[in-house]
Amino acid sequence: MSKARLMQGNEACVEGALAAGVRFFGGYPITPSTEVAEGMAKLLPTVGGKFVQMEDEIASMGVVLGASLAGKKAVTASSGPGISLKQELIGYAAAAEIPVVIVNVQRVGPSTGQPTAPSQGDVMQARWGTHGDHPMIALSPWSVREAFDTAVMAVNYSERFRTPVILLMDEIVGHLREKVELPEASAIEIYPRRKPSCSRSEGYEPFTPDKDLVPNTANFGEGYHIHVTGLIHDDTGFPIGSPKITREVTKRLHEKIEIARDEITHVEEYFMDDAEYAVVAFGGTARTAYEAVANARKKGIKVGMVRLITIWPFADKAIKKIAEKVKGILVTELNYGQLVGEVERVVAGKCPVELCAKYDMTIFEPAEIEAGIDELVAGGKA
Amino acid sequence: MERSFEKYFRQNRLPHLWCPGCGNGIVMKAIVQAIEKKGLDQDKTVIVSGIGCSSRASGYMDFDTLHTAHGRAIPFATGIKLANPELNVIVITGDGDCTAIGGNHFIHGCRRNVDLTVVLFNNSIYGMTGGQASPMTPTHKKATTAPYGAIDRNFDACRLAEAAGATYVARSTAFHVQHLTDMIAGGIDNKGFSFVEAICQCPTSFGRKNKMADPAKMMMWMRDNAVMKAAWDKLPDDKKTEEKFPIGLFYNESETDYATAYNEVIQIAGGADK
Repeated sequence: MSKARLMQGNEACVEGALAAGVRFFGGYPITPSTEVAEGMAKLLPTVGGKFVQMEDEIASMGVVLGASLAGKKAVTASSGPGISLKQELIGYAAAAEIPVVIVNVQRVGPSTGQPTAPSQGDVMQARWGTHGDHPMIALSPWSVREAFDTAVMAVNYSERFRTPVILLMDEIVGHLREKVELPEASAIEIYPRRKPSCSRSEGYEPFTPDKDLVPNTANFGEGYHIHVTGLIHDDTGFPIGSPKITREVTKRLHEKIEIARDEITHVEEYFMDDAEYAVVAFGGTARTAYEAVANARKKGIKVGMVRLITIWPFADKAIKKIAEKVKGILVTELNYGQLVGEVERVVAGKCPVELCAKYDMTIFEPAEIEAGIDELVAGGKA
Repeated sequence: MERSFEKYFRQNRLPHLWCPGCGNGIVMKAIVQAIEKKGLDQDKTVIVSGIGCSSRASGYMDFDTLHTAHGRAIPFATGIKLANPELNVIVITGDGDCTAIGGNHFIHGCRRNVDLTVVLFNNSIYGMTGGQASPMTPTHKKATTAPYGAIDRNFDACRLAEAAGATYVARSTAFHVQHLTDMIAGGIDNKGFSFVEAICQCPTSFGRKNKMADPAKMMMWMRDNAVMKAAWDKLPDDKKTEEKFPIGLFYNESETDYATAYNEVIQIAGGADK
């Protein structure tokens, strides 16, 4: 008998998180992410985990950080307005190096926007959405199965790098239903919670970085008497008003992600072997872009597609490589134009970069992207 | 020779940053006295604080300690307790931290009845930022943001906690330090959301603006105006003047705490042996 199940993207995200070892969820209702909370409420207690519905989005973020510090892998989920509220403590997680996954099922903004139509308008919010310098990892799935896979990946990266990771879904994938076959538990690699490398009497310091620049911070209750704060702190965990430490800590927070950048920047290419033009897409939009590219191929246009699974850190290397080989790049995104700026930065004039943007609360039709490809081939917009 | 309660403090983090005459040290000491009295395991006790003068206490105390963001101590503490119910979780907060920016978290913490002991250091002012009015600055008192006297009505945090569902509610002062210790110890005993308001003096920011710059005078004010609950209940209404306030245990009812209730959910869902 087939193990295939008909499942929604949001449900697959829940399954992926649980498979990766998540045992705590705190959240607040908001469409189009609510099914994540509902799925967690139903499934977490079946595996001995806990779900708590908090009074607001800020508290939802706080409760998962507390649970993570006490040793449980933890997730929260929301959409635009809720993510805006969570930003305060996303920064706390980055500064205090607390593993946590934030699922953002994007909808049209700003503010209440167009509830709850699809959008990809939170690309830059995912990168910069909290005050101060901080690194960010954000992943964006294009299918139900990939919602599962990227949820596993997001949990693993949050643990490995002790950093917040954003699972940047969109309403298209969140509410999409597909037939999926999920992998067996034994086939899933899980990154375990990092463990202190020495005892308290041996001079343990909770924020001393390991070789990979990530600290092996103890969980609360393990006898280490650690101090955790959102203030800039040294390896002991205590705040210090030192320019040297401030510079070093800020640098290390970025570098711990930067040195692993190639490994965590996932990109897939389609029809790119002989491509003269490339379409860059991600998330639900990539589904339409794929069809548009396939249609253009039928018309004899040598166009391929580059799909970003990792949105942040940005796929500089992959885009640079493509820029050296094609005559033009079309960036398709369901917003006024956000990712296109990153593509332009990396391409740096090596080839034309055109934007195919849509921000009218409806998803792309393949014909709209095909028209964009035609314009690109014809040498830009008239 | 180890002095009394020395083991509960991080000697290398002292002296503290509080002003001379500040009451925060007295309340912090009362908390460790209550911890000692209840025999809590130092390795299994977590101190969680928000932001403000009082919330700096967590850094001086030798436990697992968490200095969160402004107003957010209770959500973090909730996560810690639910993730690992064997931990004793004590929250340190201030009047601004708890009842202004953290007000929503406070009432919902009370409602949820998570087994936490929340000690609110009430100095009637935002001290860290230099003396602005808080929701617990008494009406008519002065602050840098209420230079002509506050017109806002102030919260009675104990009544608020009780109405919101806290299962243990008490108040004491930095003057009545033994009583304060007992009130906190009672809160630790209560398996549920315990709230203890500790009235304490801020001579620098509150006292100076309100003709009580001398910390000793502020403590005498506590001595002269605090009335034990039993006596307060018998006091005729005309004697309950604006300055007078009751101290003691106001409410204590046994109700199932959140983690225990959730364990039943896990039982029903079939996840108990997972």
